[in-house]
Amino acid sequence: MMEKVYSRPAGIFEGAVTGFCPGCMHSSVCKIICEVLDELGQLDNACYVQGVGCCGLAVTYFDMDTVAAPHGRACAIASSFKRCSPETLVFTYQGDGDLAAIGLAETMSAANRGENFTVIFVNNGIYGMTGGQMAPTTLLGAKTTTTPFGRDEREHGAPMHMCELLNQLDAPAYIARVTAADVPNAKKARAAVKKAFQYQLEGKGFSFVEFVSNCPTNWGMSPLESLDHVHNVILKEFPLGEFRAK
Amino acid sequence: MAEKIFMKGCEAVAETAVRAGCRFFAGYPITPQNDVPEYFARRMPEVNGVFIQGESEVASSNMAYGAAAAGVRSMTSSSSCGISLKSEAISWMAGANLPVVIANFQRGGPGIGTIQPAQQDYLQATHASGNGGFRMLVLSPMNLQEAVDMTWQAFELADKYSKPVMLLMDGFTGTMMEPVELPEPLSEEEVAAIRASKTWAARGKHGGPQHKVMCGPGLDTRISQEQMNERDAELYESWKTTEVEYEDYMTGDAEIVLTAYGITGRIAKSAVKLLRAEGIRAGLIRPKKVYPFPDAAYEKLPLEKLRGIVSAEMSIPAQFAEDVERVVHGRTRIVTALSSGGEVLDRAAILDAARSLMK
Ligand SMILES: Cc1ncc(C[n+]2csc(CCOP(=O)(O)OP(=O)(O)O)c2C)c(N)n1
Ligand code: SF4
Ligand SMILES: [Mg+2]
Repeated sequence: MMEKVYSRPAGIFEGAVTGFCPGCMHSSVCKIICEVLDELGQLDNACYVQGVGCCGLAVTYFDMDTVAAPHGRACAIASSFKRCSPETLVFTYQGDGDLAAIGLAETMSAANRGENFTVIFVNNGIYGMTGGQMAPTTLLGAKTTTTPFGRDEREHGAPMHMCELLNQLDAPAYIARVTAADVPNAKKARAAVKKAFQYQLEGKGFSFVEFVSNCPTNWGMSPLESLDHVHNVILKEFPLGEFRAK
Repeated sequence: MAEKIFMKGCEAVAETAVRAGCRFFAGYPITPQNDVPEYFARRMPEVNGVFIQGESEVASSNMAYGAAAAGVRSMTSSSSCGISLKSEAISWMAGANLPVVIANFQRGGPGIGTIQPAQQDYLQATHASGNGGFRMLVLSPMNLQEAVDMTWQAFELADKYSKPVMLLMDGFTGTMMEPVELPEPLSEEEVAAIRASKTWAARGKHGGPQHKVMCGPGLDTRISQEQMNERDAELYESWKTTEVEYEDYMTGDAEIVLTAYGITGRIAKSAVKLLRAEGIRAGLIRPKKVYPFPDAAYEKLPLEKLRGIVSAEMSIPAQFAEDVERVVHGRTRIVTALSSGGEVLDRAAILDAARSLMK
């Protein structure tokens, strides 16, 4: 008899048809989240607040409760939702345009209040859903549809580092940057997500996990090239690690 | 009968909301409604409710959305330019079928305008409080007892239709003090039962089906945006028969009809008797809900026989008068009595407008 060593994690719809492009790390992030929720026995007690962007496509994956948020407002909505439902495990699922541009005030303010929910932040350095415009996290020199000559520090500012910014605040309990670009890092990412959710379950306050992700479609790369790009270029700008674990 | 207490408008609204089972409020400071968030900040801890001072009107209205998505009776308030920032969340509430009560204590406009009372947000409240062509029930009290009664009613209506409801007030009704009789508070059991009855609210599946609070069809292919909008259009249409509310005061034998809403409606009402003392047979139509507009109130007047209608409001250019004109449709003369920018409408302006119709 053959042993089953790998299967779709619980929490992802059976027969789910993914909206994500081939090779997009969003799918790996979704999978990690479900595995951890399953392990913690929280799949049935979870509610995620969807950002607007490719993260919204998670709705085709996640078989759990959800509240859709206007672009950038997930942290405001998660704040009130969690305070009204302290027993529910609440996380937001947001991209970099959503969380660090239009939603910057909501993100920083929720973190500063120490709201007891978890943010899963997918940083792909670009506006994926709208077709590849500059994001707050886009690297200097990078060409996007709105920086056709490359991102210029004097005109566009330098990339924003959300973990480092949040690490200036007193309240956040857990801040980590991870990636799922290779198997050892995916394991670390899984551990970070688990820790973040555990922090929330213990009532420790705001927890934040940033995934350095890819966007092969709008980066104009094959999936494998995009992973190399993460390793060779992006991670130099966005170093991985635990910034805070109270 | 409960005893009457002397209260400020903002506080009477906030206290009534708590009694009506509101257990979440988020707001952002703006004059003339700061007493609302300040009252909730003190009061919510006493009833195990949640108060959050948001980082902006954008955030606080989205917080109200989040609490409603959890099934809690939820409220936010602001004034004029702050309401513009809330329009994002209000549109999403309409799209996601979330019951939230939004109070607008109107001040001058456009833009930051003035902090004094105004009625400059009529068209925004009744016709387009956000993108997407949704409609809202809009209640507008002329005194604090009505503000209390309408606050209670707003929560009931929001839950009944699972839609946002607006309380359209102004700097006057928000900051003045009057004796009011407050409703008996709902018991904690009743508040819990209301929440539990919202079986659509997100809470975790807990062995049941998925709860999805979505604005529009999202990626669901079983229903289209058009179908959802058609369903809403039917609802809005039905309100024109089920939700119309107005006061008809002494129009029976009237040759001149005054019409106004909110605080201006009250000023106009006081003008009716003065005009009658002068021998002018005046009456009043005062919409209590400005959406849906009470077309029937004007339709049943002998319009062709009237000397005319005085439409009064604290807005220049006139906005409310556009709805009156739409219904009257040239069948009698309409003159306006207007003020703007924090000037309270002088009753003399209404009296003069009425007298001009006698000539
Ligand atoms: C208020 C508002 N502004 C703009 C948009 C259009 N929009 C949709 S997704 C998106 C960008 C998403 O980028 P990001 O958050 O980085 O997510 P990604 O798609 O890259 O995962 C934008 C600007 C919108 N939906 N709402
Ligand atoms: S556009 Fe980019 S981020 Fe969006 S699904 Fe495709 S690859 Fe992923
Ligand atoms: Mg992005």
